[in-house]
Amino acid sequence: MTFSPELEARFEKMIGLYPPGRQKGALIPMLLYAQDETGRITDELIEEVSKRLSVNKVEVEEVLGYYTMLHREPRGRHHLQICTNVSCMLVGGEELWHHACHKLGIGNKQTTADGQFSLEEVECIGACSWAPAMIDNYDFHLRVTPESFDALIESLRQKQ
Amino acid sequence: MLFNEPHPLEVKVLTKRFEYPQKDPIWIDEFLAKEGYAAFRKALEMPPDDIIGEVKKSALRGRGGAGFPTGLKWGFVDRSSPKPKYIVVNADEGEPGTCKDRVLMENDPHMLIEGCLIAGRAINANRGWIYIRGEYRYLIDILDRAIQQAYERGYLGENVQGSGWTFHLSTHTGAGSYECGEESALLESLEGKRGNPRLKPPFPATSGAFQCPTIVNNVETYCAVPSIILNGGEWYAGLGTPKNGGTRMVCLSGHLNRPGVYEVPLGYNLKQLIEEFGGGVWKGRRLKAVIPGGSSSPILTADEIDIPADYDSLAKAGSMLGSGATMVLDETTDMVKLAHRVMKFYAHESCGWCIPCREGTAWLEKMLRRLDEGIGVARDIDMVGQLSHSMLGRTFCALGDAAAMPTISIVEKFRHEFEAKLAAAQSFAPEPETQPLVVL
Amino acid sequence: MSEIVTFTLNGQEIKAPKGDLLIEVAKRAGIEIPAFCYYEGFSLQAACRMCLVEVEKMPKLQPGCTLPVGEGMVVHTESPKVVESRKSMLEFLLTNHPLDCPVCDKGGECELQDMTFRYGAGESRFTEIKYHENEKQWSPAVYYDPARCILCYRCVRVCDEGLGVGALGLTYRGVHAEITPSHGDHLQCDECGWCIDVCPVGALTSGTYRYKSRPWEMDHVGTICTHCSNGCKTTLSVRNGEIIRANNRDRSGINGEFLCVKGRFGFDFVHHPERLQSPLIRRDGQLVEASWKEALETVAAKFAEVRARGGKFGVIGSNRTTNEENYFLQKFARQGLGTASIDHHRTGDVPTLLDALSGKTGALATIGDLYTAKAALVIGSDLAQQHPLIAYQLRANFRHHQMPLYTVTRGPVREDQYSKRALRAEPGAEMEAVETLREDLAKHESLTIVFGDSVKGDALRRLVAFGDSLGTKVQYLCLVDYSNSRGAMDMGLLPELGPGYHAAESAGMNLDQMLDDASLDALWVVGANPLERRGLASEAAFVVVQELFLTETAQRADVVFPAASAYEKSGTVTNTCGEVQRLKAGPRIMGTKPDLEIMGLLAKEMGLNLGIWTNDKVFEEIRRTVRGYNVALPVVATGGAAPTMPVNGRVLAPASAELIRSDGDTLFTSGSLGRYSKMLSSVMEAPGRLYEEKPAK
Repeated sequence: MTFSPELEARFEKMIGLYPPGRQKGALIPMLLYAQDETGRITDELIEEVSKRLSVNKVEVEEVLGYYTMLHREPRGRHHLQICTNVSCMLVGGEELWHHACHKLGIGNKQTTADGQFSLEEVECIGACSWAPAMIDNYDFHLRVTPESFDALIESLRQKQ
Repeated sequence: MLFNEPHPLEVKVLTKRFEYPQKDPIWIDEFLAKEGYAAFRKALEMPPDDIIGEVKKSALRGRGGAGFPTGLKWGFVDRSSPKPKYIVVNADEGEPGTCKDRVLMENDPHMLIEGCLIAGRAINANRGWIYIRGEYRYLIDILDRAIQQAYERGYLGENVQGSGWTFHLSTHTGAGSYECGEESALLESLEGKRGNPRLKPPFPATSGAFQCPTIVNNVETYCAVPSIILNGGEWYAGLGTPKNGGTRMVCLSGHLNRPGVYEVPLGYNLKQLIEEFGGGVWKGRRLKAVIPGGSSSPILTADEIDIPADYDSLAKAGSMLGSGATMVLDETTDMVKLAHRVMKFYAHESCGWCIPCREGTAWLEKMLRRLDEGIGVARDIDMVGQLSHSMLGRTFCALGDAAAMPTISIVEKFRHEFEAKLAAAQSFAPEPETQPLVVL
Repeated sequence: MSEIVTFTLNGQEIKAPKGDLLIEVAKRAGIEIPAFCYYEGFSLQAACRMCLVEVEKMPKLQPGCTLPVGEGMVVHTESPKVVESRKSMLEFLLTNHPLDCPVCDKGGECELQDMTFRYGAGESRFTEIKYHENEKQWSPAVYYDPARCILCYRCVRVCDEGLGVGALGLTYRGVHAEITPSHGDHLQCDECGWCIDVCPVGALTSGTYRYKSRPWEMDHVGTICTHCSNGCKTTLSVRNGEIIRANNRDRSGINGEFLCVKGRFGFDFVHHPERLQSPLIRRDGQLVEASWKEALETVAAKFAEVRARGGKFGVIGSNRTTNEENYFLQKFARQGLGTASIDHHRTGDVPTLLDALSGKTGALATIGDLYTAKAALVIGSDLAQQHPLIAYQLRANFRHHQMPLYTVTRGPVREDQYSKRALRAEPGAEMEAVETLREDLAKHESLTIVFGDSVKGDALRRLVAFGDSLGTKVQYLCLVDYSNSRGAMDMGLLPELGPGYHAAESAGMNLDQMLDDASLDALWVVGANPLERRGLASEAAFVVVQELFLTETAQRADVVFPAASAYEKSGTVTNTCGEVQRLKAGPRIMGTKPDLEIMGLLAKEMGLNLGIWTNDKVFEEIRRTVRGYNVALPVVATGGAAPTMPVNGRVLAPASAELIRSDGDTLFTSGSLGRYSKMLSSVMEAPGRLYEEKPAK
């Protein structure tokens, strides 16, 4: 399995960042960056990463189940993560979440039929003073209202 | 991107180079022009013991939540150990309500690098990692660029500034786990494993990253170090209250007119903080309660908050300063719902390692959900407290305590709200003790 | 001697070495501190929180499993706070645990049941819906039920730390956390099943045992595993004459709890449908069933006839029959049939080793010694695959004492994971590589050398000379293949050597010569399958075979006697280290007889007086006549292992080394016996493909 030249270069550098023989340190970053490129964690990817880092497959399985950002199921092109934790909840995070579900016609960890959007209700994303907040892939959106959410969806649709 | 209008009452130590409205983040030339790396150059001339001594004098305490004296922590590292020593930055910022580290990293990334360099010098380390939560990808990019610049200017790498000393620094992304904010779980994660916390002792100072002596500190803690070295520990200590040195970043969120991240001296009155910086409770409503240090801290009612916000005063008031996340709740807040939302978070983030936290948070979450949805039964209210006490102090790491403490305080202080909700629900729920009605 | 501290435990003053764990010290003092995750000899988890105790002056309850005892400590293990805490932990544990005890496999021997009974609340306040996950099959041997799992991580640790396999891990988190197998949805591992044994609840269950019985319905018979030469004690659980489980939960024997796939699951050959249950006689070219009387008469008559005319006999003994049977067989051959042509399939050069060590004492390593050795060198063996107990002992020694290990092997082996230096050498050329380790090896206080079949004859003499030249204490362990390969040699199943390695009066044909001799008149094979590898040259030879199955050799026989396996008889066997242990009969298979009885009946039929043929009497004779076998009877009788040194002088007329060749069995093969174990052949790793794909650490 090969990755894009940029990613290959990143991996090469990444493995060198940990003490000799402890290259397993690169496991989680490697999985996350690879997932960004391949869309999800596949068996082939697990195989490849375990080979590159000389770890058993079970060691990869262990972290896959643990970290919420790693996923085996495909997601939408825009993975919308809406925070409903306390700070966001206090100022309309839950209403935003329900609005998003209604707007897109999908629920938690589901993807729209056209593969454009997927939704996830997430825990605190560290944007509490600018709540309610959400993330589109890695882009933060702050002080989101149902109206600004609709506008965002429209602009993302237009971009395609 | 993330910075609110500064407040005139702020004491700007960490934020002294911040500009508003923001231009491009401060890059190395501007940083150097504003006393950047001056503290590090000074530290290069100092014996390591003096650096640690200065930090001890500053009364700087860990800004991640536990508030452990930083100088003391650094002093635990055996510099003569033949093993490599490591610096780890905890930038996993995950405590609900906390959004300060990102502000520091985004607006002044070199300040963090400088703090790492000084810490590295103090314990004779040659490598460091900045562990950043996976959601902060754009910050990783910013820091990577800043690190690159520091390498280019000879502030990182081999023979730093001609001193013959080597120091490497890199970012390391997390991938979604609150528990990785606990220092030993973070180290496990850094080693490519699940974020299950480690058995202590040994503490990281003896056996940390890759089983070598390591210091792990919060972003804000490292960021405070350059100012301490430059201006002296006593100066820094003088900014705060005794044993609670310096300034801290406070994240105001919730029902406020002006939520935001502000820098204030330790010991600043909590009530004034909300009034002056936060602009008071929004919509002209009355204050009901304050969560003073992230969702793990016990809640304070409106009449309990006229106290100095420092580690010791808050502990005395039965809560904690925590990570500086201050969540303000107005009179309309549904406290049962709040209790459920808090527990839902901990049940989601429990790593599952030990029995009381794994099973306790899941059970409490289900029970609080029922109470919130109006299908609780009378004994539930007492049981929430009892089960929380069964977790408290008995779990492997502090996550169980973090789940139990706020829950206990909410039930104690707002029991009438639980009872009212129950009474309202029972009017149309004749036989509540039959089959549970909630399907997850 | 470490410092002794005095502390108070439940009001009682206790002295213990400083730093010992409270849970262990309490156990020694007769006070139980309950725990699920604490498991002696493995890493500490502090996860189950059952062992929380109250220590005065400490604000929180402390886990007894990680708390070292200190001077002046005051500990309470039964205070109201502790009792309440345990109740809570059990209540928490039972929230999502399915209370399916009536159908759970663990019922009756479940630690969670026992703990709840003793420490639990007796009432549950949990009324929510349980979180459930369905059961999974991981391999033919291992099933996992995540709902029952209490996450004590014992299985993960025995697999990773104990065996170095690391096939189990933990995935997901919070209440969803569960154990995950090596390959996503299935296991590829040693299939040893130790994880099942250590599971305190019914989460891990065994493919052979599940839903078959309750523990109290079975008879538990402690005997010695019949497969490899390591001599593990295995406890067979027998119900209605059928073995349905094997383990060693009482930790008796040289192996403690350890067993490999063969010891734990490889017993099913006993009940294989192809087991011979009646004597067979060749009539018109076909083997047909016959009565014992007829078969014995036929053989006795033929043997008498051949002896009378001075014909050529060949006698081939077994690597798996008991010492008593082997002794009786060679006596039968030498005294009864008057032939010196007696041999067995030789798998290690013990005679040369004993000769080379003549005059030395304490130079043979026991299984126990491997755990305390100061350093070890392994030559020419893939221990983890071929000698699992030895591999386990050395690993445990490394794990607990950081013992330095050196390996010289043909290819990568699992011991490379922790060996200080791992060298590669072709079989026969190992000594050159060993020489390069001289400096390293001489540094250690003492050394244990474990070697396989390629080190034999002159190479073995060179090895001993090398050991002598190090100037430190050196112990040796000559690896052999099967459960009584060592005993076969000790008992004199060799053409040149009688019992105790005394030179035989006259040397007869060796195994290959017998098979190649076209004028051989009679061939008697007891529990061996020589024709699997080599043809029988003599077409006219009358062949008598005592066997469990119709093997290649049995198919050529004129008379076949159905023999009892080692699990169906008593007697003694000697493991590769020379330790004598006792077999105990478990089930009986209708129609079969132990080999000793078959030989005795044959002797009686021939009118020979070879002494009384009961196990006890023959063993008594062995103790009298074979040097080193005058072992303490109570040790053997109570299931212990008695070390032997059968000779301590020169071995005259040493047996030739060329015939020595190991079968090279892996974890999943066991000579011709392995074929009849459905369990061994159905796991996907069989016959030992596991390590081809394993990345080197």
